[in-house]
Amino acid sequence: MAEPVQIDVAHVAKLARLNLTEAETKLFQAQLGRVLEYAEKLREPDTSQVEAAAHAVPIFNVFRQDEPRGGLSAEEALSNAPRQANGLFIVTKVVE
Amino acid sequence: MTGADLPALSIAELRTLLRQRDVSPREVLEALRSRIAEVEPGIDAYLSIDFDDALKQAERVDVNLPLGGVPIAIKDMISVAGQPCTCASKILRNYRALYDATVVRKLRAAGAIPFGKTNMDEFAMGASTENSSVKETRNPWDISRVPGGSSGGSAAAVAADAAFGALGTDTGGSIRQPAALSGVVGMKPSYGRVSRFGLVAFASSLDQAGPLTKTVRDSALIMNAIAGPDPLDSTCLNDAVPDYAAELGRDLRGIRLGLPKEYMIDGIDPQVKAAVEKAVAHLNSLGAEIIEVSLPHTEYAIASYYMIASAEASANLARFDGVRYGHRAENPLNLFDHYSRTREEGFGPEVKRRIILGTYVLSSGYYEAYYARAQKVRTLIRRDFDQAFAKVDALISPTSPVPAFPFGERSSDPLRMYLADVFTNAANLAGICGISLPCGFARTENGTELPVGLQLLGKALEEARILQIAHAYEQSTDWHKRRPPMRRGNDRPT
Repeated sequence: MAEPVQIDVAHVAKLARLNLTEAETKLFQAQLGRVLEYAEKLREPDTSQVEAAAHAVPIFNVFRQDEPRGGLSAEEALSNAPRQANGLFIVTKVVE
Repeated sequence: MTGADLPALSIAELRTLLRQRDVSPREVLEALRSRIAEVEPGIDAYLSIDFDDALKQAERVDVNLPLGGVPIAIKDMISVAGQPCTCASKILRNYRALYDATVVRKLRAAGAIPFGKTNMDEFAMGASTENSSVKETRNPWDISRVPGGSSGGSAAAVAADAAFGALGTDTGGSIRQPAALSGVVGMKPSYGRVSRFGLVAFASSLDQAGPLTKTVRDSALIMNAIAGPDPLDSTCLNDAVPDYAAELGRDLRGIRLGLPKEYMIDGIDPQVKAAVEKAVAHLNSLGAEIIEVSLPHTEYAIASYYMIASAEASANLARFDGVRYGHRAENPLNLFDHYSRTREEGFGPEVKRRIILGTYVLSSGYYEAYYARAQKVRTLIRRDFDQAFAKVDALISPTSPVPAFPFGERSSDPLRMYLADVFTNAANLAGICGISLPCGFARTENGTELPVGLQLLGKALEEARILQIAHAYEQSTDWHKRRPPMRRGNDRPT
């Protein structure tokens, strides 16, 4: 068995844009370390000649007629927005 | 037949009464409403119910349609226009769906009436429904135990006669496992058999919607309505849909059933093992030939599954950013803080765990070691099934290694909870179809009977075949006629 997997939860949480408390970080570190240790199993079978399966049923180039169809009105699209004004989504400032 | 007797009927029985105008859709809804009022305090299967809207649908429904006037419960991960669709998550607490999922549109077109949304593990991540941010759903057979998950609300509602039938979703066993633990029938269709449009995405290469019902025939009736191509889902297959209900009733002579030898693992509850062995002997007595087969990569399925499912989930759940819908953190310092706190406040612990795991296995430096490798192992698992199905028509196993477990028994140990999927998640990786149906009971120390589920797995797009086998078994046994000793009113666990 390989050495215990060290997952840097605090770093990954930043990548995932997900704040974690210190307690969560510590807990996940331990729990996910065990899950990843279990995943080391995946090294056992010989996969050198095997292609990856991204989908259960490989189908490609699925087309449909390019015809206009109904969509949501602006009012409907905004109906679940946490903040909105003047028919627009209000977003947090992105430029200083 | 009085109103109080209606909720115990199967969909097929109810349809006979509706078609003959012996009952009206409104009477059916009123009877169901009374039954739900009676049992819901004990099981907490529903997150929202809209009887006013259902009664309006009942006014104009055509009872000559295949499901005309049949109320169907919908897992809260599937969009029903105008109704909440929360995935049992705080992040979608105030969200209302703006359109029908294709499965819901098709159910309505067949005359069914969606009336309520059922509880689930948050974003379908779990095997006990304990990960709901709203409430625990209790198992109607023993309210100190979980109903299974993630479609636990759908399973418990059907088991308690608080729904005639329900839709669930199955990414790694989330229809079949709660069906087994709650003593009902649950079918996961082949990947691409049923549209995913309007389902909140968990793991897009694994998710499928399907029925939870009291009988195999009822599952066939719902499959008739929901299966088939959809221009709004490019992964949905164009293959013709058979009349699943019409195909029922054939006998089992000439049918070859495979017993995967790798599924006879340690850790199967002895009573579950005994019930399944008895079911196999019974199928044999009905004319099916039983053949031992091998699925040599079985032991890698769970690891492969959790890498792939978590990776896809971390990408799918990136859409919950607090801009267009859902919860949003107050007074963010900047955009990073907006995203990070919105998601911290909105997601529960298991969802956070999977986002971290998925982000990690997709991140630079680890992608090859975990995600790419898991996808290659997925190919090996798919080949295992191809080879087995060259020899047999269907595979047979327990659905879950254990019957319903007590609240809290597994929730503190994620890996142990993940291992609950050992017999179910390979089917999602391979894209094949599966069904769970009642095959007996396990008795606890204090004499409580807990249902045991039998799983049949079929080749991709051979739903008709496993429905036939399941129906033949069911009709020659009495398990599906047993109802839980439903406790009433305020009888809550202490």
